[in-house]
Amino acid sequence: MPELLEVKDLHTQFFTRDGVVRAVDGVSFQLSAGETLGIVGESGCGKSVTALSLMRLIPQPPGKITQGSITFDGQDVLKMDDDEVRGIRGNNIAMIFQDPMTSLNPVLTISRQISEALELHLKMDRAEARKRTIELLELVGIPSAKKRLDDYPHQFSGGMRQRVMIAMALSCNPKLILADEPTTALDVTIQAQILELLRGLAKEFRTAFILITHDLGVVAGMTQRIHVMYGGKIVEKADTAELFANPKMPYTWGLLRSIPRLDESRKAKLLPIEGLPPDLIAPPPGCRFEPRCQYRRDICHEREPELITVPKAKPDHEARCWGTQNVPGGGWLVDTDWRRDVGDVAKIEAIKEQIADLPPEVKRAEDTDGEVKP
Amino acid sequence: MATITARPQTAAELNILHRKQRSLWMDAWHRLTRNRMAMAGLVVVVFAMLVAAFAPMIAPRDPTAQNSALALADPFWVDSQYRNPDYPLGSDQLGRDILSRLIYSARVSMLVGFVPVSIIFVMGVTIGMYAAFHGGWIDNALMRLTDVMYAFPDLLFLIIIFATLRNTWAGDLMGGLVLMFVGIAIVNWVGMARLVRGQVLSLKEKEFVEAARATGARPGRIMLKHLFPNALAPVIVSLAFAIPSAMLAEATLSFLGFGVKPPTATWGVMINEGFVLVTSTPWPVLLPAFCIAIVMLAFTALGDGLRDALDPRMKL
Amino acid sequence: MLKYTVRRLLLLIPTLFFVALIVFVLSRAAPGSPFDRNQDKPLPAAAIERLNRHYGIDKPLHEQFVMYIVNAAKFDFGTSLVRDRPVADIIGQGFPTSAQLGIQALLLALAISLPLGTISALKQNSAIDYGSLFLATIGTSVPNFVIAIFAIFIFAVNLHLVPIVGWGTPKHMILPTLILSLGAAAFLTRITRASMLEAIHQDYVRTARSKGLREQVVVITHVMKNALIPVATIVGPATAALVTGSFIIEFMFSVPGIGRLFVTSINQRDYPVIMGVYLLYAFIISVANLTVDLVYGMLDPRIKVGK
Repeated sequence: MPELLEVKDLHTQFFTRDGVVRAVDGVSFQLSAGETLGIVGESGCGKSVTALSLMRLIPQPPGKITQGSITFDGQDVLKMDDDEVRGIRGNNIAMIFQDPMTSLNPVLTISRQISEALELHLKMDRAEARKRTIELLELVGIPSAKKRLDDYPHQFSGGMRQRVMIAMALSCNPKLILADEPTTALDVTIQAQILELLRGLAKEFRTAFILITHDLGVVAGMTQRIHVMYGGKIVEKADTAELFANPKMPYTWGLLRSIPRLDESRKAKLLPIEGLPPDLIAPPPGCRFEPRCQYRRDICHEREPELITVPKAKPDHEARCWGTQNVPGGGWLVDTDWRRDVGDVAKIEAIKEQIADLPPEVKRAEDTDGEVKP
Repeated sequence: MATITARPQTAAELNILHRKQRSLWMDAWHRLTRNRMAMAGLVVVVFAMLVAAFAPMIAPRDPTAQNSALALADPFWVDSQYRNPDYPLGSDQLGRDILSRLIYSARVSMLVGFVPVSIIFVMGVTIGMYAAFHGGWIDNALMRLTDVMYAFPDLLFLIIIFATLRNTWAGDLMGGLVLMFVGIAIVNWVGMARLVRGQVLSLKEKEFVEAARATGARPGRIMLKHLFPNALAPVIVSLAFAIPSAMLAEATLSFLGFGVKPPTATWGVMINEGFVLVTSTPWPVLLPAFCIAIVMLAFTALGDGLRDALDPRMKL
Repeated sequence: MLKYTVRRLLLLIPTLFFVALIVFVLSRAAPGSPFDRNQDKPLPAAAIERLNRHYGIDKPLHEQFVMYIVNAAKFDFGTSLVRDRPVADIIGQGFPTSAQLGIQALLLALAISLPLGTISALKQNSAIDYGSLFLATIGTSVPNFVIAIFAIFIFAVNLHLVPIVGWGTPKHMILPTLILSLGAAAFLTRITRASMLEAIHQDYVRTARSKGLREQVVVITHVMKNALIPVATIVGPATAALVTGSFIIEFMFSVPGIGRLFVTSINQRDYPVIMGVYLLYAFIISVANLTVDLVYGMLDPRIKVGK
């Protein structure tokens, strides 16, 4: 069966005064119909930019999709003209954004905002759209939907607003929904409700989801597969259970280690990942995670590893790490039990000191100018 | 095993994205200096201040010396027989040298810009902070006062102050300048006090003030060390725009005939005196008008630059 | 909202009272009486005294003030000392002209600034943007009488396109209206541009685009509705500023409005007229400030008017 979505070698860059930021630097993945994929990574790793690229929502200056192909439902999104792309947006692919307070227009009623897509794509008239809007609001669990149709976003609580956004995304029965940090701005208890809702909807309507988050806990119960991103690239691909049970990349180890566990001894120290993310304007020739890695060797500094399948793991489990791959020059981490062996911590202490010693740098003016968050 | 032996000088050598930054003020200073319009404005302002300071040494003649025989000489670029090498920019209808008058006017304008604004700053900040911090009747009085002042158009208030007090003893102090300083200050301090009050009120509730209180700091100390620096940025911007506003008020008043008293020369006065003859000899009016325009543009560019530097999100 | 409006209008009364008080005190602070102004043909002291008594300005100040307030409450604003006509008449004669000038200037300013500010914001950092920003900066920083002087010089003196003084025909009205509108236009352009820029970078614009709406629809329906709120709230005070601030322009172009009346009445110590003009101006401005809050409440669903 052909995949619903196939992304090949996607490169998205931002042309700024200080240089070209390679926000997405060669990302490839696939998604089947009805599948939920999780993309996990820290701020700045390129996950949001990837999602925006799928819908060609990257602001044209300063951004640009410079390379690659995005095939959705058999068609190359990057080759479409503007009208065709707009035909897909909200219709076949929809997006749920992170902060529902700012992502909803404060001066328009929610009914208006949900009806917009219905009137545009499904050619409904006002009355039909209103009826459908009530159905959608009830579907996402908003009480007294009929009465609240003409309310404004600020009259809803955070969780309710996110439900409105979900209703908006669902409105035209899209085949794919991109959820960019859908629960990050919400209380923990509300988070659980929203995730529950999304899970139910995915099952009922067989919608494919790409769930983007920095929180491993969010993807654990929601996704079938997970891709871990770092520094603009995917560094690990695996089924969800496999990733948690048998991760094969030191960055993932670091992520899992920094989550405190209930069954850990109290005396055990939390091991954060020291250091700072890489500079995407002048990426290093070697592995992007190398400066923060306790397991690094010379080859890590010199050449970048490929994303390939790794031994001692499921057949479709890929990782981008010399240490865990069975290639010449690599393989020293193949047998490592990451839970016990934390590598050479001295290397990490050194980097902490070096960062502290760096001369101060001027904050770039663009930093506060409403830049697209990578 | 590779070890990084040389001390890395930049974040790039460490392959990390550097996020350290300087203090708020250094940051703002850097942003300001990169703004070309603001820097051009600064150059003009400094130039004007130097001219004002060294006026007696720069001006070729006495700005008040009249010589009706040589009245209305043309500036050197006009091709006519009324030019006079002693008056490079021409002379006005009383035979006074325009160049010297322009130079001395710069002096008065600078004073009118800075002196009232200093008064406004001191009064506005103290009363505003006090009102915000202590609330109570002072706060109420301040709010009612601002309501009344808002209902009063600034210029009109100044006009009535000037028109009536100009010919009394108050108007004679320093050739009318003291009245000008005090008048402008009276009209504008309330706005500043309200701004400061608003800033302090919004900051008062922030956590760092509670933290300071929790360590036992006295109210005075809290005001000075915590509230004041944070409230400062909009105050600085407001002051930067208050200076040209004060200069404008003086120029307008003088133009209308309510301003400083002769023989004090200001650009507004020069325009007022030359206005009747603008159809026949425009230069005695155009030259001071040009000076006002340039200096006010410079201050505005500088004010814009300051505002962008201190809070780049305020894109107004 | 009605209750709020009424409450605010009632609050006007104490405000106007204080304005009257301040103006009263200040206007009396100048030495001399309105009847000894004429230096060439001074009236004999007895005549001055009789006139003073006739108009009631020989009485003690607080009495005069109380009398004024009592009469004002009955909408009797006294008689002009110079022209011997009711103040209300005199002001009523000049006010329509000033109002017309002010409103014309406002409409012109809006016609210039709204499109210019919007285009500037949509095409940020383009030639149009820099051009309009530059003009706007000039308009807000150079005093309008200075611009007027240059304009008079160019258009009236050199090009002989329009007359300098007078009012009544469109030809007379062009230059004063244009000059008066420039300051407001410059300010409104900056505000419109800033407001549009802020709105267009908001997250909800991205959401609108993600639904497949055309850019035109996004801008008009989503962006403008938000961006114009701050602009709309300023229209009230801007009008007030134009109506009350027009007197410089009236002075320069000899337009027969209140502005000129105001300046001359101050010089002539015509107390009732001075008071009348100030009270009128204060009233206009206060009402304009009130409209800011009301308009905000009407346009922005997040604001509940009434504190």
